[in-house]
Amino acid sequence: MAEALLDVSGVTKSFGGFVALDSVNFEVRAGERVGLIGPNGSGKSTLVNCIAGTLRNERGSIRFQGQDICGYPAHRRIRMGLARSFQIPKPFASMSVLDNLCVPLLYAAPAHQGPRRVPVAEEAKHILDQVGLGDKAGAMSGGLTQVDMRKLELARAIAARPKLLISDEAMAGLSASEVDEILTLLLGLKAQGVAVIMIEHVMRAVMKFSERIAVLVAGRKIADGDPQEVVGNPEVVKAYLGE
Amino acid sequence: MSNKTFTVVALAIALALAAVTQLIPNEYFFTAAYTVLLFVILATAWNILGGYTGYVNFGSAAFFAIGAYTTVFLYNAFKAPLLVMIVAGTLTAGLAGLGLGYLTLRLRGVFFAIASLALAVVLYVFIVNWDYVGGARGAYVLQPREIPFGLPRYIHLIYSVQLVMAGLAIVVARAIEHSTIGRGLAAIRDDELAAECSGVPTLRLKIFSTMVSCALMGMAGTTFPYYLSYVEPSSAFSLSYAVYSIAMPLVGGMKSWIGPLIGAILLGSMQQLVQVMFSLGAWNLLIVGVLLVLFVTLAPNGIMGWVESWRRRKER
Amino acid sequence: MEISTALLANAIIAGLLLGGFYAAVSVGVSISFGMLDVVNIAHPAFIILGSYIAYIVNDSLGFDPIVVSLVLSPLFFLLGMALYRIYYVCFERRGQESLRGLAFFFGILFITEVVLVLVFGVDYRMVTTRYSDVTLRLGEVDFPMRLVVPFLVSVSMVIGVQLFLTHTFFGRAVLAVAQDQLALRLMGVNPVRVKELAFAISIATAGVAGAFLIVIQPVQPAIGREYIGLVFAVCVLGGMGSIWGTLLGAFVLGIAESFTSTFFGPSWAPAVSFGLLLATLAFRPSGLLGR
Repeated sequence: MAEALLDVSGVTKSFGGFVALDSVNFEVRAGERVGLIGPNGSGKSTLVNCIAGTLRNERGSIRFQGQDICGYPAHRRIRMGLARSFQIPKPFASMSVLDNLCVPLLYAAPAHQGPRRVPVAEEAKHILDQVGLGDKAGAMSGGLTQVDMRKLELARAIAARPKLLISDEAMAGLSASEVDEILTLLLGLKAQGVAVIMIEHVMRAVMKFSERIAVLVAGRKIADGDPQEVVGNPEVVKAYLGE
Repeated sequence: MSNKTFTVVALAIALALAAVTQLIPNEYFFTAAYTVLLFVILATAWNILGGYTGYVNFGSAAFFAIGAYTTVFLYNAFKAPLLVMIVAGTLTAGLAGLGLGYLTLRLRGVFFAIASLALAVVLYVFIVNWDYVGGARGAYVLQPREIPFGLPRYIHLIYSVQLVMAGLAIVVARAIEHSTIGRGLAAIRDDELAAECSGVPTLRLKIFSTMVSCALMGMAGTTFPYYLSYVEPSSAFSLSYAVYSIAMPLVGGMKSWIGPLIGAILLGSMQQLVQVMFSLGAWNLLIVGVLLVLFVTLAPNGIMGWVESWRRRKER
Repeated sequence: MEISTALLANAIIAGLLLGGFYAAVSVGVSISFGMLDVVNIAHPAFIILGSYIAYIVNDSLGFDPIVVSLVLSPLFFLLGMALYRIYYVCFERRGQESLRGLAFFFGILFITEVVLVLVFGVDYRMVTTRYSDVTLRLGEVDFPMRLVVPFLVSVSMVIGVQLFLTHTFFGRAVLAVAQDQLALRLMGVNPVRVKELAFAISIATAGVAGAFLIVIQPVQPAIGREYIGLVFAVCVLGGMGSIWGTLLGAFVLGIAESFTSTFFGPSWAPAVSFGLLLATLAFRPSGLLGR
């Protein structure tokens, strides 16, 4: 088997006395679509933060493309092609929607993509069209609706031209049709060879999206494998439904 | 405004202001204009960190005084030429900014703000106890008898130098604003975590903008000893510099280089007017303080904010 | 220089007495900055305002300044409520506290100072009390009453604040505001209301501390600035939001300042607090008692 794109092994993180992640192992191969699920407070977001570099894990190693990235600040990781979206959208509120995308296009994408072939604004517009925000390019990002903010959040992550994109609950609170929109968007990334980790509570979306599902409960990974098998796993059922 | 228009307009204004040295005989005009230009530099410099990056610097007076006291030191030590003093003062202030930024910009923004204020007091105490630069008594820096470029009086030279420096500050601020760095700074101001996660090296950019901003404030201070021929710590470290440098961008608008310029010209001219009318400095400071509070609460985007929303309404 | 035990003992006692006063000066910021996350750099302005009010009443009616300040503290409480209202509506609610909120408080600080200059001028004002010129001597150590009285009231006030915060429902709500606003809402407590009242308390302590200040030394409008660094130094040094930490930080700073004045000369003293602040920020930003 080829080397994994992302290789998390033995990662542990605690806050004070609370152990949020307890030696978690987790792998993603290039172009793979992985669902990461688990009840609230199970450590999903902490894991994302450790991988993206906004939190530092105490033990364990995180390797991206074979390189140990544990000591790297977040901006360096995204420049290597490891992008994430935020659960609560964090737009650059004083900028237009288009300018929001220019930030990663200018700062992250060139680092691993080499010199630019098309002008930044054009590339940004292209991504906006792709996520369905093309007509809002000139609008101020602070005034967008919830769905559009989620789309912008994903678009900005895509603009970093990542090899791995972590989508952190991009669909929470959206209607069924809106969920489908975002799902189509994420599925489209497969064609570009982007691996995606989808963290989600909307099970319908996770099942439809994932080639593989990993389950975190109380900071431990209790299952990892084929979606159908994982959902049938008695331990997973117990964790979700209680005794 | 395109680069071409900016260059043409800026050159025209600069030439007009330079020609003034030959046309206006009244020396008071230059004293007043010096102060306004000083304010332009301070406001523009402050805004590079405050407006573009979103970090409040309360230590404007400290960096201004670093510039002024570099001049005093070089005057006492070597009688160095003015240009050397300007360069040295700018660099020293920039280094101080770099140090302060390196120590505190890893922490939350408020710590930087408080530390900048603290730096002002530490430096003040340091200068008061440093006899070589005059200590608490202050130091005399005599204007040279020979005035270059055939200018009639020394104040004309100081005014012209200040004019060039103000122009430089604006050009630097504008260049940063329109560059990739400027976009990164704006991202930091809007959401630092999201900026970092978009690939912006936030710490490095913050330190950079602190350094540039502080260096320009130091530059503004280098001519100050020659302006009065005399410097003492409490005038060089006056808190009013800090208040003015914050108030002017807030009144003018902080998003672009033009805001601080407008704010500085408005508040600077107003200050001169009030000075003439009441000849009481405290009223000036009161007005600036009140304007600062009024604008920050009622018109947080300043005058340029009004202009922008008025433009947008017109477009519709 | 020969360092005599008497000199040393006097420096330590003077430092402790000063430290007690610094605790009163800083406890308000410990609440507003440490617990409520409101960076009120105008805090020293209210201290000076307190000094002047104590001065006016003392000067015209002859009442003891500290008693006056305690009686009038509800006024400062109301002032604090009003100020927080403005701050909340204009900045906190809009998420603009970091830049504009700071500038706002800076403006308030400046306005207060200038108004005091316009009304009272830049002369130093002082008060006289029955204990102003009394000094107790124990062995070779001096206990000047103008320091001892503020010290005692101040330490009691700080301990009172700590007990209030840990032993009342409202106090625990204040402590929770910084941690978990949602939990407060679920308990039916309005976090904004809690912050408003807590901020009011912090301003009330500033008013009282102002009376201590003018008992200890003559006051003029501009000296408020010297306390900006001091209050934040004490807060950060002690560990954000910890009242015991504030008390400890105040004593450390008091002793450091007293040693500096004794051994290097009083003109260096103001640099101590700021130096300590910069050093703490650089090397141990979580403070002495912080995690």
